[in-house]
Amino acid sequence: MRESIIMKIHYGTALGAVALVAIHILMRMSQKYSDSLQYQNVIANYHLLPYALMLEVILVLLSVHGFNGLRVILLELKQGVAYERAINYGSIAAMAALVAYGSRTILMAGMGVS
Amino acid sequence: MATVEVSTEKKAEPPQTSVPAPSKPKTITLRISRFNPSENAETKFEEFKIPVQKWTTVLEAILYVKENLDHSVAVRYSCRQASCGSCGMKINGKPRLACYTKISELESNVVTVEPMNNFPIIRDLAVDFKQLFSTHKKMKPFIINEESEVQPGAKEFIQTPQDLEKFLQFSYCIKCGLCNSACPTMATDKSFVGPQGLAQAYRYTADNRDQGKKDRLKIVDQSHGIWRCHFAGSCSNVCPKGVDPAMAIQLLRGYLLGFRK
Amino acid sequence: MAEQFSNREGIKGMINPTRYGLERVAYWMQRLSGLGLLAYLIGHIYETSTILNGKAAWNNMLSLTQTPGGHLVLVIVIGMCVFHTGNGIRLMISEGGKGIGRPGQPEYPYRASSLNYKQRLCIWVSIALAALAMMYGAGVLLGD
Repeated sequence: MRESIIMKIHYGTALGAVALVAIHILMRMSQKYSDSLQYQNVIANYHLLPYALMLEVILVLLSVHGFNGLRVILLELKQGVAYERAINYGSIAAMAALVAYGSRTILMAGMGVS
Repeated sequence: MATVEVSTEKKAEPPQTSVPAPSKPKTITLRISRFNPSENAETKFEEFKIPVQKWTTVLEAILYVKENLDHSVAVRYSCRQASCGSCGMKINGKPRLACYTKISELESNVVTVEPMNNFPIIRDLAVDFKQLFSTHKKMKPFIINEESEVQPGAKEFIQTPQDLEKFLQFSYCIKCGLCNSACPTMATDKSFVGPQGLAQAYRYTADNRDQGKKDRLKIVDQSHGIWRCHFAGSCSNVCPKGVDPAMAIQLLRGYLLGFRK
Repeated sequence: MAEQFSNREGIKGMINPTRYGLERVAYWMQRLSGLGLLAYLIGHIYETSTILNGKAAWNNMLSLTQTPGGHLVLVIVIGMCVFHTGNGIRLMISEGGKGIGRPGQPEYPYRASSLNYKQRLCIWVSIALAALAMMYGAGVLLGD
């Protein structure tokens, strides 16, 4: 993939994440902060489909943005064909792993735990 | 051979006009980084006491050392008027042209000169520009146009003053390498094109006679190309000619992001 | 020429914010805050995953994170988040070629027009917003 496309994705994910994280934080502040963290309230959030979907989107946006940012930093620190390939694929793997792990929480908390 | 007006000796005849008398010279300590890769791999600093006037430049001080104290100091210089880009070095921690930096403006009695960072050292203060020139060439620093104006019957290319202003300042680059030395990405990324090369890519892309935009954008749109610039602005901060490489890079990136046509 | 004589400044030179003005400070703050936020994201995803283990596990995690130390970390995260956002938006606009001045005839003393007051103002505003958000966040978290 061309670097310009990757960086457009980087900028796009940043803008999307800013908007959605703002909503996520506002939801925490719609009630007293410590109350918003109570077990039942958090589970209720996961059960609310639009909110759960939003969390999933935030997870994807931030994982892509964060690990691409880390990839950029690591590519600038050291160079070499094998190293750069490892960084590129490693970032994708880390991104996928984080999304999978976070999605597991969203999915299972939304459907199973109550 | 260079001559340096740093002597403390008085002229025989006092001036007859109302020109103010030269200020009393003071003595500063010039610390010169010494390194010879063929002898040993250790850098050491040698200190020299230099008499200076308020107009004495760092290059003049180094040449004073070469003339009077230690002729083996290696330094590259030529024009002494910030035109050739030969005497770039790190002066008190910041990349500057030695011929363009007065000792008085440094406001310190100790002046430390070192070779520019991010360039291989040839010896002492002289660095190797091979990579800078090579990346400069890769940017195709010439007008790409199939219709040459020298062909018989061909018309001249029209260029208005406004067209000229779009690239003029970037064509003042003297390839001194200070921008590459200050760049934070260049500090660790040996494959990065660097601000000098990227600014020159924009200089030719913005020229209305040029048709090589597509080629150059393809060259800079690589993993160690234009996207490794993070607009820290250090290149523009040290440029002695007002080229403003950071601006050129962002304008070039504007094409890739679709902000500019 | 061998790379050992390359005289690259390395990480030390990259992160040194003292020599090249506010833009260079913003550069490393952006990097630092980005790394901090990525670390927090990973920690936050792990932290929230404990809800799958039931109420006791969740409350156990809360007893670890909802402490003065945990709140302090959150306040720093708020600051990093706001600065990274504000400065990131400045960078996105600038990297598209906007707000960096126009090319022209350079005149002595050759002040770079890309390093203009608008850029510096945006950096200071990002820092100020981060400080305000941290104060507000501290009020909410510690006032609980």
